[in-house]
Amino acid sequence: MLKEMFAAALLIGALTVAGALRAEEEAPTPPHQQWSFDGVFGTYDMAAAQRGFQVYKEVCAACHPVKHLYYRDLEELGYSEDQIKGFAAQSQVTDGPNDEGQMFQRPARPSDKIPEPFPNDQAARAANNGALPPDLSLITKARDEGPDYVDGILNGFKNPPSGVKVPEGMYYNEYFPGHQIKMPPPLSENQVTYADGAKATVPQMSHDVVTFLAWAAEPTLDERHRMGIKVILFLLVAAGLFYAAKRKIWARVH
Amino acid sequence: MTVPATTHRGPQSRILRWVDYRLPFYSIIEHDLTGYPTPKNLSYWWNFGSLAGIILVIMIVTGIVLAMHYTPHADLAFDSVERIMRDVNYGWLLRYIHMNGASMFFLIVYIHLFRGLYYGSYKYPRELLWMLGVVILILMIATAFMGYVLPWGQMSYWAATVITNLFSAVPVFGQKIVTLLWGGFTVGNPTLNRFFSLHYLLPFIIVAVVMLHLVALHQHGSNNPLGIDHRGPQDTIPFHPYYTIKDCFGLCVFLILFAFFVFYAPNFFASADNYIPANPMVTPNHIVPEWYLLPYYAILRSITFDFLGIPSKLLGVVLSLGSLVLLFFVPWLDTSRVRSARFRPIYRWVSLLLPIDVVALGYVGSQPPAGFVVTLGQIATFYYYFHFLVLMPLIGKLERPRPLPISIGEAVLGTGAAAQRP
Repeated sequence: MLKEMFAAALLIGALTVAGALRAEEEAPTPPHQQWSFDGVFGTYDMAAAQRGFQVYKEVCAACHPVKHLYYRDLEELGYSEDQIKGFAAQSQVTDGPNDEGQMFQRPARPSDKIPEPFPNDQAARAANNGALPPDLSLITKARDEGPDYVDGILNGFKNPPSGVKVPEGMYYNEYFPGHQIKMPPPLSENQVTYADGAKATVPQMSHDVVTFLAWAAEPTLDERHRMGIKVILFLLVAAGLFYAAKRKIWARVH
Repeated sequence: MTVPATTHRGPQSRILRWVDYRLPFYSIIEHDLTGYPTPKNLSYWWNFGSLAGIILVIMIVTGIVLAMHYTPHADLAFDSVERIMRDVNYGWLLRYIHMNGASMFFLIVYIHLFRGLYYGSYKYPRELLWMLGVVILILMIATAFMGYVLPWGQMSYWAATVITNLFSAVPVFGQKIVTLLWGGFTVGNPTLNRFFSLHYLLPFIIVAVVMLHLVALHQHGSNNPLGIDHRGPQDTIPFHPYYTIKDCFGLCVFLILFAFFVFYAPNFFASADNYIPANPMVTPNHIVPEWYLLPYYAILRSITFDFLGIPSKLLGVVLSLGSLVLLFFVPWLDTSRVRSARFRPIYRWVSLLLPIDVVALGYVGSQPPAGFVVTLGQIATFYYYFHFLVLMPLIGKLERPRPLPISIGEAVLGTGAAAQRP
């Protein structure tokens, strides 16, 4: 009986939830930004992605994992092997069991996944006022217009309009669905010190970290864009040749 | 006529003759490819059959390689797909081809289907050919649906939940069927496992039905834009090289479109929610199927009322599936003896309204069901059935078709040209 009700509720829910949740969609669409990886010839701006990795490492990584990234992946961002070994060595990972059957801690290696800030979702919620900081390694693909969305959230913290009450532990965000987000504003002026001397304004850090996250979500984009041009050029030539051959062969019929 | 008439010459070499006598490989190639007589007036609309066959092969080849790297387990499936995207050599290419290939396959098959409807390709003596095509479409829908579940993202999980729940509308046995489909009391690991198994199996059944489709096609040959039978060698040309070269050109044009999506908009047809791992505790805002299933979804949701004691849910399921089953009866619902809509002044326009109606249903399926959208869905659902059950039989009886050309050769070469040259 219970599972029948559950099944019926699921179906009805699925069919009506979209309409009911329309109100939630009232969050304005974040403004469209120019991204280095947009368009047919788009490639990741590696300097921005490196700065973005720094922002992730020094700010976001306190709460958000990048579950699908290994340290070795950072080589694609232009870091040297030694630099990557250095990044990895800064964190400890659990390995084992060793010959005595014990698990042990050791510094991370490039072949390790970038460690998550919390051992499990429950620990993450407990440390974040009940909210679960989402994995960021796919975030720009897991939201519509993902790069604009993440950039919108990072720049969208405002004082609530008069008449809107934001509960304790929540923050008003212009672009978050429902406007109330449990993440405190993560970025503030000069929060990181860029090695290349770029000015660490909030829009700058946000733009950089979005470039890094877009790379993290789709690391093969550069290769894909390059290959696509070759494939389509090849097909255009082949189509032209086949069309000429077709005309020639069919001339016998007409 | 400069085109040589098709004759069975047989293989030249003695070894080939020896083989061919025992295994008629050479004869089959000659009968069904090099010498296969084809109407000389086929338009580019006739390219889509071979395109569908090619994309089926592309899907099977990429699918087999993807299956080597995919893990069908509820806890591992999502991560294994991401591993394919990141660590498998050209895994991203394989997956994006497979993912967008599904959309391309349906695009091609829907064009193929409407071409058949417009030119009356389902009429005597091609009824079984058409019905086998409908079987292929139904198998494709089942395969695509189960394939969509495999990445085990949010939309995978919830699409599986919503669609499998439809079977609970079946009277008496409904809940038992759903439990059987799930392999448990909710969508879970057993569901994913059996969907993977069936997703691997069904394409090969599709291949088998495609073979039957081709055997039935080659029994009487292709229909053509005039819809009249060919009356001898002056009306036909051998399939090779005329249509092989035309198909190669068509294939290249199609592959350019395909490549554009694979390389520059690989997630155009995808839902962002499917990059979030499946979570039974969180329902996505919109549960929307892939675009090629939207019209059926729209019909399903349009039935918001009980009718003659049939609950709305059951009626919605019946009408949604019925929209496909109805296609089996098209050869007998169309009462006109004229095949091509070109010579049917009324049906010609009515047959163009149907794709518009189906697109309207697709739009309705993509929108939250509220207000005007519900009404539009109900009107479009009604019109879909009205088209097949009322307009098709009625127009065939009432309309006066325009006179048909005497032969294909005459229509292609101008008056009497074919007849004068022996």
